[in-house]
Amino acid sequence: MLTIAVSKGRIYDDALPLLEEAGIVPIDNPKTSRKLILRTTKEDVQLVIIRATDVPTFVEYGAADMGIAGKDVLLEHGAESLYEPLDLGIAKCRLMTATPVDAPKIEGRIRVATKYVKTAQRYFADIGVQAEIIKLYGAMELAPLVGLADCIVDVVDTGNTLKANGLEPRELITHISSRLVVNKASMKMKHQLIQSLLDQFEKTLAKRQ
Amino acid sequence: MQKRDTWLLPQGIEDVLPKDARQLESLRRQLLDVFACWGYELVIPPVVDFLDSLLTGSGHDLDLQTFKLTDQVSGEMLGVCADITPQVARIDAHNLKHTRPTRLCYVGTTLRTLGDSLEKTRSPMQIGAEIYGHSGIESDLEVIRLMLEMLSVTGLQNIHLDLGHVEIYRSLAEQSGLSEAQETELFDALQRKARTELDELVDSFDIAENYKAIFKTLPTLNGGVDVLVKASKVLANTGDIVLKALKELQTVADKLNGLFPSLPISFDLSELRGYHYHTGIVFASFVPELGREVARGGRYDNIGEFFGRARAATGFSADLKLLNSLVKQTNEEDTAQLVYAPLADDAALTEVIRDLRAQGIAVVQQLPGHVDEIKELVCTGMLEKQNQNWVIKPLG
Repeated sequence: MLTIAVSKGRIYDDALPLLEEAGIVPIDNPKTSRKLILRTTKEDVQLVIIRATDVPTFVEYGAADMGIAGKDVLLEHGAESLYEPLDLGIAKCRLMTATPVDAPKIEGRIRVATKYVKTAQRYFADIGVQAEIIKLYGAMELAPLVGLADCIVDVVDTGNTLKANGLEPRELITHISSRLVVNKASMKMKHQLIQSLLDQFEKTLAKRQ
Repeated sequence: MQKRDTWLLPQGIEDVLPKDARQLESLRRQLLDVFACWGYELVIPPVVDFLDSLLTGSGHDLDLQTFKLTDQVSGEMLGVCADITPQVARIDAHNLKHTRPTRLCYVGTTLRTLGDSLEKTRSPMQIGAEIYGHSGIESDLEVIRLMLEMLSVTGLQNIHLDLGHVEIYRSLAEQSGLSEAQETELFDALQRKARTELDELVDSFDIAENYKAIFKTLPTLNGGVDVLVKASKVLANTGDIVLKALKELQTVADKLNGLFPSLPISFDLSELRGYHYHTGIVFASFVPELGREVARGGRYDNIGEFFGRARAATGFSADLKLLNSLVKQTNEEDTAQLVYAPLADDAALTEVIRDLRAQGIAVVQQLPGHVDEIKELVCTGMLEKQNQNWVIKPLG
């Protein structure tokens, strides 16, 4: 049995066609069903539907053999105990800093609101800026408006949310897309099953390009 | 101020309670007996040691993992042992000074500042065995076989073996002229088999095209024995060191196949566990119950150099507590004899109890004021006086 961890929402929607090409179609629909484990048309494959930030945890402990997770989540989680053999090229966006429109450059220490604490810390250390990170779970755009932070670090897709709140994207930290991650022990013990899926995904991805 | 929760242990530190402790100790003895039967002598290195010798030949990781304190006597930094292997290497190189191959084994509690990212314990009980003084696949094979024996004696089933060889990557990095920083960056990407990053990284390096192609293929060189066939094509023109490494892997695999026909063996040429100190074949074993390796090891020649004598070395280690947790809890408790003796000032009773205990039968004698104790203890029998003789009356 092979368990694949997927998060609800955009990643799930984008991953479905890929899974379908590999012959994996969920029997239950997670939008209507409350089940967390979904059986699929492929008898030896099941999906577990979990929060995006939990995908690396499930996979590194082997609770799921494979998973689909955004690069942003992997960077923040620290994914050295996982394999990430494939860039699925789905759920693409950018991880960026953003400040209020026309905000002057801040000298010295800056305050940064983000849910990507470790990633932000690493980024600012790399560019030689001392940053005080304020962890928020959502509505990052609000932080500079109410004086909580000078700048935010968040994923940017269209940039509309930023614009609507008087912010503008500044520096690109990294491009984000979803990766296929694999548990290290599963990769070895269920090699044939996993490798055949990897090959299948790769074929589909090559066709798309 | 009175501290609340005085029973609370530090994070990642645990007690082992009677039932587990009994099983753990029994496993510890069994495994040490197995090692002894294979000719491995037990050593017990100290729990603290000079930091310099603890960190010999290891990377930055172990430095970070070691608790440090200042020695008031010498003024030097001491470390609490986070990995026993360097100490065993010291014993071989400096204390024993054999010229013949030396086989040593050890078991001991270690302490780690951070613990493993997956196993949350900060105090694994490290058990392992090492051969010093022989460089070649015969000793690699011996420690791999002993590791498999350890897992099998532990009672683990469906064991899977993964083989790798660090000299392949090391030689390729040297041949292609990677800088140390590039080698480290590439190593990180390889460990994650992150092909996208790896491709970008390799393209950014100023190295020959054929090496670029090889590095990009490296993370795909994992799987069954066909990997070696594929690798010998991909790595055909990369020099003797690489070809010798591939040949070593093939030979070890063939021999293991002969010895354990049903043992699944996989190969992974980009798996570089302990790259900083390993120098040859590396191996790890997996079981289906665990999402990570259960035991691992490899060759680390020249480790003794720091202690005045370079010696070839290979060995493996595992966390005994982890091994124990994977064993199905046996109900040994129910079968072990426990005899209850009443409180009586009777020389004959004392004599009988002594005899029973000498036979290895557990006897608990009643203490004053605890008449009901026997109801809570799971006793298999009770001593009773019948016709002037103390006899065991079976219970339950």
